[in-house]
Amino acid sequence: MNSLELRTATAQTDKRRASLRIAERIGIHNISLLVALAILVLIFGTIRGDVFFSSRNLLNIGLGITILGVLAMSQTVVIVAGGLDIAVGAIVGLTTVSTAMAIQSTGSPAVGIVAGLVLGGLAGLVNGIIITYGRVNAVIATLGTMAIFRGIAFIMSDGQSIAIFSDTFRFIGIGRILGLPLLIWILLLTAIVFHLFLARSIVGRNIYALGGNPVVARFSGININRYRVGIYIMSGVAAGLAGILLAARTGSGQPVSGSQGLELEAITAAVLGGCALQGGKGTIIGALLGVAIIGVLNNGMILTSVPTFYQLLAKGSLLILAVVIAEYHLNRT
Amino acid sequence: MQSDFFSLDRISKRFGVVQALDNVSIAFRPGEVLALVGENGAGKSTMMRILEGVFEPDSGTVRHGSTPIVFSEPRDSHRAGIRVIHQEPEIVPNLTVAENIFVGELPRLAGVLLDWHRLEEQTDKVLATFGMQQDMRPRQLCSTLGPAQRQMIEIMRAIHAGGQLIAFDEPTSSLTDDEARRLFSVIRRLREEGTSIVYISHRLNEIIDLADRVVVLRDGRLVDDSPAAGASEQTIAKLMVGRDIADLFTRETWQSGKPLLEVTGLTTNRVTDVSLTVRRGEVLGIAGLMGAGRSELAKAIVGYDRRLGGTITMNGVPVGPNSPHAAIVAGIGFAPEDRKHEALLLFRSILDNASLCVPDRTSTFGFFNRRKALEIVSPLAAKMSIKAPNLDEQVSKLSGGNQQKVVLARWLARQPMLLILDEPTRGIDIGAKAEIYRLIDELAAGGIGIILISSEMPELIGLADRVLVMAGGRITAELSRPDIDEATILKHAMPQSVPSLGGQIQ
Repeated sequence: MNSLELRTATAQTDKRRASLRIAERIGIHNISLLVALAILVLIFGTIRGDVFFSSRNLLNIGLGITILGVLAMSQTVVIVAGGLDIAVGAIVGLTTVSTAMAIQSTGSPAVGIVAGLVLGGLAGLVNGIIITYGRVNAVIATLGTMAIFRGIAFIMSDGQSIAIFSDTFRFIGIGRILGLPLLIWILLLTAIVFHLFLARSIVGRNIYALGGNPVVARFSGININRYRVGIYIMSGVAAGLAGILLAARTGSGQPVSGSQGLELEAITAAVLGGCALQGGKGTIIGALLGVAIIGVLNNGMILTSVPTFYQLLAKGSLLILAVVIAEYHLNRT
Repeated sequence: MQSDFFSLDRISKRFGVVQALDNVSIAFRPGEVLALVGENGAGKSTMMRILEGVFEPDSGTVRHGSTPIVFSEPRDSHRAGIRVIHQEPEIVPNLTVAENIFVGELPRLAGVLLDWHRLEEQTDKVLATFGMQQDMRPRQLCSTLGPAQRQMIEIMRAIHAGGQLIAFDEPTSSLTDDEARRLFSVIRRLREEGTSIVYISHRLNEIIDLADRVVVLRDGRLVDDSPAAGASEQTIAKLMVGRDIADLFTRETWQSGKPLLEVTGLTTNRVTDVSLTVRRGEVLGIAGLMGAGRSELAKAIVGYDRRLGGTITMNGVPVGPNSPHAAIVAGIGFAPEDRKHEALLLFRSILDNASLCVPDRTSTFGFFNRRKALEIVSPLAAKMSIKAPNLDEQVSKLSGGNQQKVVLARWLARQPMLLILDEPTRGIDIGAKAEIYRLIDELAAGGIGIILISSEMPELIGLADRVLVMAGGRITAELSRPDIDEATILKHAMPQSVPSLGGQIQ
């Protein structure tokens, strides 16, 4: 009887329709995110429909979320692994400065890009070592390095904005390919890479195992220290990429402006997207939906002339609300 | 069935495709010990959760007399006088004994301060009633107590808070024999005082000893409710499984080959100077009391605990220290005792859990390949008859026996040369136990070396070629078939039999 029961079970596993699997994969959580997004669109569309739905504004929203999108995806990987990286905003600031300085002194955009990615990776390595081998709580460790990285950015730039005069480099920020801004192409490409990495690769699955239960992960032969350090390096490199995109968009390297508060938004997007802060849970697609919600909210608040100071209240509340909802769901299952 | 006490009236509860409870009625009586038995997944835990107010039944009612009662949370059931003592006692380790017993109703001084004096007096009185003065002091921190004492604190809290019906969920699984005996005398006392006791256990001899009435659940249905007098282990076991289980343990082959694992002088923070050899096709049993260092020895061999000294070789090749990965590569598999926290990713699927240690054979260019994983896991799941709707089922939803089978499937997929099983049948029903014993026999016959850590004597005696006895982190004896018997094992397992260090220094 047992084996009969099981035979039907395995057969079902094999036979389940692809369409069913897709519907399942979208998941209740992501569907509720889509509903929330639709409600926001409806609200802002009703108040400022004339501007909100213009192709120019929609493109603006898209452009506005590219940098956040990259950070939200890397933050998702960090949170799935059971960590947190609140230094990403500071690393973005630091890399805009280093990229701008590298381009200023060599004139080569390639050198600038490499400088940004390498410096971001190094910053991540520092975080990873402090957290993994110094055994410092991830929030505290990155809170500390956040101040350190901002400090270094100020020291390097002397607190000044550094202008970038390379047109090739600026093309990354303002150029278009096939009618779409290059920034959006980059976001789409990184999204595909991140999704395949986290959802499909063996390393990605091991990251879920590590975040879900580090003891089990270690007993299963996963080198959890190496994974942890690697994940923070990845987060640093992603922040470096975000910094390069920001520098290309603004045409300058700035220690604070443009990168402040990005960590808040990135974590909010990841948690909205279904990440459990305890680790082991979260998806790239969810994070992107979270990013879209934040993008629409930011854009809508500007269109409806919500004062900047009040926008901060909304952003903070959104993070808290997202965590409350996530905890509620976690306790129910 | 009418009574003026608590009763369950035609309770049903369903989880997905599993009918956890099907129209079950039980009337509890004051001053009676009711034993609730059944295989894992028979519905015992579900029933406890309903009684406790954690789950709501799909249909049926919990009654007190003729009044239906609805619990929306555990506090409601506490107020009604129902208490469930769980396997892992829920106490606050960093508070004192007194505070834990009187939590929620601490005596106050001037309305805000804690009246320590009165609290101590009250606690002394409670401890005296239970004869526990020797075991704990009111001001002692609970973190310094052993599992049996922690359980006693829960019992004292429950009684003192006016518990009329107290349910014990596998209370003796982490107790020594002596501690268990004391628990039984407490239970008998409670019965005399008119408390209604529900007692869940897999140990049928305890039940025969203790219970007045035995209720047997099978697949969510009540199959028997009769007086314990006249019941035997055989009859109860037969009712539980619904079939005869004449020969639970028989290994068919007893042949071992060349040395496989050789450990010399292995020392970590928790085991000292352990040397042992496991041959191909041999089952090496490890016996000892709780805290003897058996699990710690396993964790030392697989490189989880930091190795401070000694060497480990597999087939003569040294295994690198402090790396579970190196141990796996060397062909060692390990199924830890604590399945939920050390073996399983509870919120992942059977497929994910079973394929965790074979990434190379379940991937294409570094990406997970579902088809390959199914090809490996499906036959193993079928071979071990893992009961689940499909392989995408979350392992948290499986019964204990099926969860253990998933852990074993993970290692069988890896095809290890040596398998370390730490309490592989703890909390598992008889049917699944027999299947695991068969599997051990089969693996050994196939030339795999097995280290079997177990607290169940019949298991060790029935399966092991040799038994090492541990106490205080050291090996105190080695017994070979046919000289393996309970008395000899126990003699060497007592901590006193460890030569005292002070004596050696002089």
